[in-house]
Amino acid sequence: MHVVDLEQQSVRDLNAALHRLTPDTNETLWQVTNSGGKHAIGAGVDAPIDIVIKGNVGYYCAGMNKQASITIHGNAGQGVAENMMSGRVHVMGDASQSAGATGRGGLLIVEGDAAARCGISMKGIDIIVKGSIGAMSAFMAQAGNLVVLGDAGEALGDSIYEATVFVRGKVKSLGADCIEKPMSADDKTRLSGILAGAGVETVSPEDFRMYASARRLYNFHIDNLSSY
Amino acid sequence: MSSAKPIRTEPRFSATFDRYTISEIQRAAATGIYDIRGGGAKRRVPHFDDLLFLGASVSRYPLEGYREKCGTDVVLGSRFAKRPIHLKTPVTIAGMSFGALSAPAKEALGRGATAVGTSTTTGDGGMTNEEREHSSILVYQLLPSRYGMNPDDLRRADAIEIVVGQGAKPGGGGMLLGQKISERVAEMRTLPAGIDQRSASRHPDWTGPDDLEIKIEEIREITDWQKPIYVKVGASRPYYDTALAVKSGADVVVIDGMQGGTAATQEVFIENVGIPTLAAIRPAVEALQELGMHRKVQLIVSGGIRNGADVAKALALGADAVAIGTAALIAMGDNSPALESEYQKLGSTAGAYDDWHEGLDPAGITTQDPELAKRLDPAVAGRRLANYLSVLTLEAQTIARACGKSHIHNLEPEDLVALTVEAAAITRVPLVGTSWIPGRD
Ligand SMILES: Cc1cc2nc3c(=O)[nH]c(=O)nc-3n(C[C@H](O)[C@H](O)[C@H](O)COP(=O)(O)O)c2cc1C
Repeated sequence: MHVVDLEQQSVRDLNAALHRLTPDTNETLWQVTNSGGKHAIGAGVDAPIDIVIKGNVGYYCAGMNKQASITIHGNAGQGVAENMMSGRVHVMGDASQSAGATGRGGLLIVEGDAAARCGISMKGIDIIVKGSIGAMSAFMAQAGNLVVLGDAGEALGDSIYEATVFVRGKVKSLGADCIEKPMSADDKTRLSGILAGAGVETVSPEDFRMYASARRLYNFHIDNLSSY
Repeated sequence: MSSAKPIRTEPRFSATFDRYTISEIQRAAATGIYDIRGGGAKRRVPHFDDLLFLGASVSRYPLEGYREKCGTDVVLGSRFAKRPIHLKTPVTIAGMSFGALSAPAKEALGRGATAVGTSTTTGDGGMTNEEREHSSILVYQLLPSRYGMNPDDLRRADAIEIVVGQGAKPGGGGMLLGQKISERVAEMRTLPAGIDQRSASRHPDWTGPDDLEIKIEEIREITDWQKPIYVKVGASRPYYDTALAVKSGADVVVIDGMQGGTAATQEVFIENVGIPTLAAIRPAVEALQELGMHRKVQLIVSGGIRNGADVAKALALGADAVAIGTAALIAMGDNSPALESEYQKLGSTAGAYDDWHEGLDPAGITTQDPELAKRLDPAVAGRRLANYLSVLTLEAQTIARACGKSHIHNLEPEDLVALTVEAAAITRVPLVGTSWIPGRD
């Protein structure tokens, strides 16, 4: 196992070493210590490796991740796993704003809460938050699934496109063009898969309500003016 | 006498309620929705035409027209990037999205730019393979929508441009109407085909200059500090925006004035938000100078650049390079008189056609209709663009030589005078025939 101590080495050293890894690397276990809230830790990794970060991380940890499985034993700052392509990012604490923003694939798990704009403009990622999420989450969310075991803040799914949001607790309010929809068998299967992938066994899909686009804003129409 | 005609004055149109204004009121009343169009501000604003070069005289001697060298190359991104960009001409191609433009149009932009050794830029819609293959130097935009954004394209780009705003619509998000969301465009943007796509006006994962600094750091980390990072803003507060972009760690600042084109925006936005290109340059340059960063962080200016004189004037005022959008489209065949009968059918006329959002462009440039797009031969259009870019460079060189400069970057404000009091005040060069700089003396 490679251990990188961020008090001894810079984030640049760490990321440069991670970027040098090829898909067939056998250096598959990495540990990062003294992360100290530094930014862009493990950003841009593209290799099937495991990275364990001991401590809190700053902005954009695991940004644009491909393939890697990154576990953060602490809280994550703004934009954790932003634009993730594939792989898995696991935050053991809370996540700040814009967690999983624009993510295109892979799985983001947040054990605690996630702040505002969780899953903003998501484009295919699956996000599961075991606590609650803040306001304006899934704003303009295009594709993928956002699963919340706790509550959701104001204006959930505002101007949402084809993403789906599942919430087990209360939703403070829904944003423009986001409505509750009945869950189909397919939706339930998808939700079960995400729950299982995140190791949630005690909760069943039936405990959730599903929210998605009413598709009323998909074409400009004068009668919808107040919603634009 | 009762049959005599009353004596009347000529019908008189109002300057306030002119024909266009009246037609807009009538259009709004009939439809209930604002007018959307392409292009930039069409109203008259202070512009490069309001400046003149002095040329050489007894105290300053010119360079010999075709013999003495006058350099035109420029390096962008020398501040932090390990691999700065070297251009043979300071005229670059601005970001225009695949989606707004057809695939052959994007390819033609790449071919034209490559032929003359300059860069082209992606747009709000991601990078296409055609574009990458045909552009020797390609700038990849990171926009609020993040359509198609991915680390592989970041790494195969030659530079990255973080778009905060555009001159045609500072503070506005993108729009691409359903007619132009073909299957391919929809797939690249992860959206259903045929819907009116609204893209965000704010970045999803940062707000304000402190965040921007960290965002830039992340992009540098992902690209291993190799690529120049530009920050593009619409001209509104150029002094502060430039200073903040520098503080955030940008290698290059791009300022786009209100005449700058757009693929589709509300007319009211285009004409009333943002400031003219001419008015943005000196404040931006002053910010760079005060920070000791002029020529270290490069400044690219865009919005209404049409000829080599505009290029030379922008550089004389302190820019390092310029970018063109609208003029490049015109060079490739947009608004050609040869298509007049087709423009008439669309309710327009050659020279005024701006309904680019409708996707019906008879020139095959601002469309996703495969039949229309086929009309644009990328090789032919690319050659036309290359010709035009060469003319811009030659023209700027001609002026620079006349001013005695061995490199066009040696042009300076002292080579200029202003034709109007306004232009003198906003560019800080003297009013022609006087030594008066309004607001200075
Ligand atoms: C058809 C078209 C599409 C455009 N798309 C984008 C875009 O995707 N991103 C962007 O930053 N600017 C976009 N712009 C603005 C240009 O990058 C540039 O700022 C502007 O065209 C410069 O002004 P000019 O057209 O007067 O040369 C677009 C402009 C046009 C004409």
